[in-house]
Amino acid sequence: MSTEQVAVTTKKDWTSSQEVRWCPGCGDYGILLAVQQLMPELGVAPENTVFVSGIGCSSRFPYYMNTYGMHSIHGRAPAIATGVATARPDLDVWVITGDGDGLSIGGNHLIHALRRNVNLNILLFNNRIYGLTKGQYSPTSEVGKVTKSTPMGSVDAPFNPLSVALGAEASFVARTHDLDRKHMQETFKAAHAHQGASFVEIYQNCNVFNDGQFDGVTKKASRDEMMIDLAHGEPILFGNENQRGVMQGTDGFLHIVEVADVGLDRILVHDEKNEHPSLAFALARLNSDDHSPTPFGVFRNIERAEYTKSVSDQVLAASEANGPGDLNTLLASNGTWTVN
Amino acid sequence: MTDTIDRSNTADHDRVLDHLVVRFAGDSGDGMQLTGDRFTSVSASFGNDLSTLPDFPAEIRAPAGTVNGVSAFQVNIADHEITTPGDDPNVLVAMNAAALKADLHRLQPGGTLIINEDSFGERDLEKAGYVTEYGPNSEPINPLEDDSLNGYRVLRVPMTTLTKQVCEPLGIKPRDAERSKNFFALGLVSWMYTRPVEPTEEWIGKKFAKNKQVAAANKAAFRAGFNFGETTEAVGHRYEVRPATLPAGTYTSITGNTALSWGLVAAGQLAKLPITLGSYPITPASDILHELSKHKQFGIRTVQAEDEIAAVGVALGASFAGHLGITTTSGPGVALKSETISLAIAIELPMLIIDIQRGGPSTGLPTKTEASDLNLALYGRHGESPLPVIASYSPAHCFHAAIEAARIALKYRTPVILLSDGYLANGSEPWKLPDVGSLPDISVPFTTEPNHVTADGTEDFWPYLRDPETLARPWAIPGTPGLMHRVGGLEKADGTGNIDYTPENHEHMTELRAAKVAAVAADIPPTEVSGDLDADVLVLGWGSTWAAIDAAVQRRRRAGVKVAKAHITHLSPLPPDLGDLLRRYERVILPELNRGQLAHHLRGTYLIDITSVSKVQGLPFKSREIEDAIDTAVTNLSDDQRGATS
Repeated sequence: MSTEQVAVTTKKDWTSSQEVRWCPGCGDYGILLAVQQLMPELGVAPENTVFVSGIGCSSRFPYYMNTYGMHSIHGRAPAIATGVATARPDLDVWVITGDGDGLSIGGNHLIHALRRNVNLNILLFNNRIYGLTKGQYSPTSEVGKVTKSTPMGSVDAPFNPLSVALGAEASFVARTHDLDRKHMQETFKAAHAHQGASFVEIYQNCNVFNDGQFDGVTKKASRDEMMIDLAHGEPILFGNENQRGVMQGTDGFLHIVEVADVGLDRILVHDEKNEHPSLAFALARLNSDDHSPTPFGVFRNIERAEYTKSVSDQVLAASEANGPGDLNTLLASNGTWTVN
Repeated sequence: MTDTIDRSNTADHDRVLDHLVVRFAGDSGDGMQLTGDRFTSVSASFGNDLSTLPDFPAEIRAPAGTVNGVSAFQVNIADHEITTPGDDPNVLVAMNAAALKADLHRLQPGGTLIINEDSFGERDLEKAGYVTEYGPNSEPINPLEDDSLNGYRVLRVPMTTLTKQVCEPLGIKPRDAERSKNFFALGLVSWMYTRPVEPTEEWIGKKFAKNKQVAAANKAAFRAGFNFGETTEAVGHRYEVRPATLPAGTYTSITGNTALSWGLVAAGQLAKLPITLGSYPITPASDILHELSKHKQFGIRTVQAEDEIAAVGVALGASFAGHLGITTTSGPGVALKSETISLAIAIELPMLIIDIQRGGPSTGLPTKTEASDLNLALYGRHGESPLPVIASYSPAHCFHAAIEAARIALKYRTPVILLSDGYLANGSEPWKLPDVGSLPDISVPFTTEPNHVTADGTEDFWPYLRDPETLARPWAIPGTPGLMHRVGGLEKADGTGNIDYTPENHEHMTELRAAKVAAVAADIPPTEVSGDLDADVLVLGWGSTWAAIDAAVQRRRRAGVKVAKAHITHLSPLPPDLGDLLRRYERVILPELNRGQLAHHLRGTYLIDITSVSKVQGLPFKSREIEDAIDTAVTNLSDDQRGATS
């Protein structure tokens, strides 16, 4: 990122002239608005920002941002974005993907971008369905889901995106949802501030092919009982009067408890900086389905070596050790002889 | 080869050969590649022209002592300019029974066999398949004791025993000492063919500097082999291959993969662009990844990606960001990259895809050469997806081919496929170093200013507003204020680059993408024809067949046969003069290490007949095979075809 003073921008500066072509009522609109509103706050310039996407409804996103962008091919956005960021560590690179794009056809690229800790902000729009191809089940669809390709119900066990990310050694892992712009913006801001690969799962409603999938958790009426807001350094509490909480039992597992039953000091204090990912992993798997209390916020946010910087450091170190590259020296480097 | 000249006339004078083909063969663990490489380097610095053919199995260590585990290195050294590693070795060094079994048939009749007789015990013979019959009743047969080697000059040497003996006073255990026996062989061959000793001793010291004991053992074995030649009468005369009269200049010995790597480094310098290489390890291309990883001081970033698809994705992302994006692979990798290459065609960005071809389909023959990815390169993508394809024809030419590929990619903003193959990749030849100052400037400017004014007078940027001559679109990279734009796989309107699905636009864009690639033809120099320009028969070639074609045409012409040859580097688009050139000849022969892929393409393109000469054995052509094809073509000419070429 540039240390130079960046001109003040507004939402308009980040909005392209292209007509937005998602279905009316799609959750993607809320995410787009959250991002376009947030960008001026980040103190970065549109010309130094790149959005790379794969294929799917969410992947149309770059067309609507007045930045540099590439709408690439199915599943490959993390790989292409790795190329952009490795060539140009000075840029802010965002990856827009979905549950099919990022976890099915592109699963390999996603886990390796996270493992390498490439400085990318990866937003995964999870609607648990294939929308652009008109309604097949996705790798995050629940077992039994009836779709066009599973008329008798899906028999595939789904991925938990956060478990995948944590298992892939992600250094920043968060979850938010499309109905809460402020929460999205706080989460994206933290993802942007993180040096390394930031993975954000966004619960996103597909009102055409999978309407209301997350209503049991994210609708206003459900939120108090079902949404668990994670805050670093704070006990993990929820409920309209914070009367419930998460406790680590003597068995090592996490349990949802009544605070009155165990006492506040038994409630787990959230530590997103914990080097060990096991508690974040347990939190990510706290909810068994979309009808049980579900944590939101930043699960993990640790510092470790960032890939593009390490690559650049080696280029610099080689130049310092060997001097700038010289072709004549290179061509003679395997030994030469002279013919007169 | 039959034209070896024995120029000696006195018994005590060293005999002079005009060329010599030596094949070192042994077990995969015997260090044959190292030995051959060392013999090559010494001969190169001595001033011989040379050409090499490493020939090794796909397994890192196939079962020891078996024919499948034999690793060989063939080198042709000469006192004149040569292009091939030689059809049939004059000398075969067989370090064990399996090597003899595997390679004896290659040795020319009457050739010299240098055999490590310590590796011909019963177990060795059984493992090598020297048995009366397979099964419980099989008995070993020792080829050293029957008459099967009668047609050769056989030199039996107890190399393992002698190596252990010289190492013993150095305090080296026999098992460790045994590993130096390849240096004994190298020493003996160095004596027999009058190679200088000092460079190899010096090299051993450097190469094994970290392990003094190994260095000492190798030096002792090398010296012992050399002395064995000098003191043992059975070895007979020394022979000499005098330096070739090559054009004056500074030379280095180079393999195709090293030349290609250096060509890529040079391309970055000449384009004034940093390089980002995305690559996934694959034989026989991995050495390019290794080599480029060593030269970071040229601003080169290498990403060993998670798979072939990611590797090309990294390259394309880097190109979008303003680097020269490169990916290196072999056929199976190109297949995986196909979708991303089509994206690069759609978004019109420069990128290099380097395919070091090997035998296919599927894993096929990973360590053996073939040129069967031509169809894949020309046609192997979905949709109408033309791109430029060029092919290198010799190890050293890989350097220039890499620069040419980059030049086209940058000038026309297109992915370019560069074809090399396993034979060029691992084969080596002396290379007269080019004058770096004479290499072309291939840089292209980034677009930094708006290129269009809207009706209301505001300036904006149209990412698909083309250069009228090259049809290249502007390359505006992230970080450039005011030129923010989106590219992608959806069809774009020419000019604005906005998504456009209209029928007329798609047809227009399809034609434009084809016209852009066709425009590259304007840069292709006239096709050179050599040999007898007025011959009736032309041998056309592409890729690594160049060496065998060159040798074959030279020899047929020396034998009085009129024949011409031409070799093309640009396979898409084809050289603009090629159709007319081919039509001038009564018969065009096209040798290919595939089943006639270019022949098929040319027949379709020019509606003329081509005689395809095909070989798919994982090995380069022998000159003799092409000579036979020339003779057949000449013999089969009808009377009215004969002499009809104008």
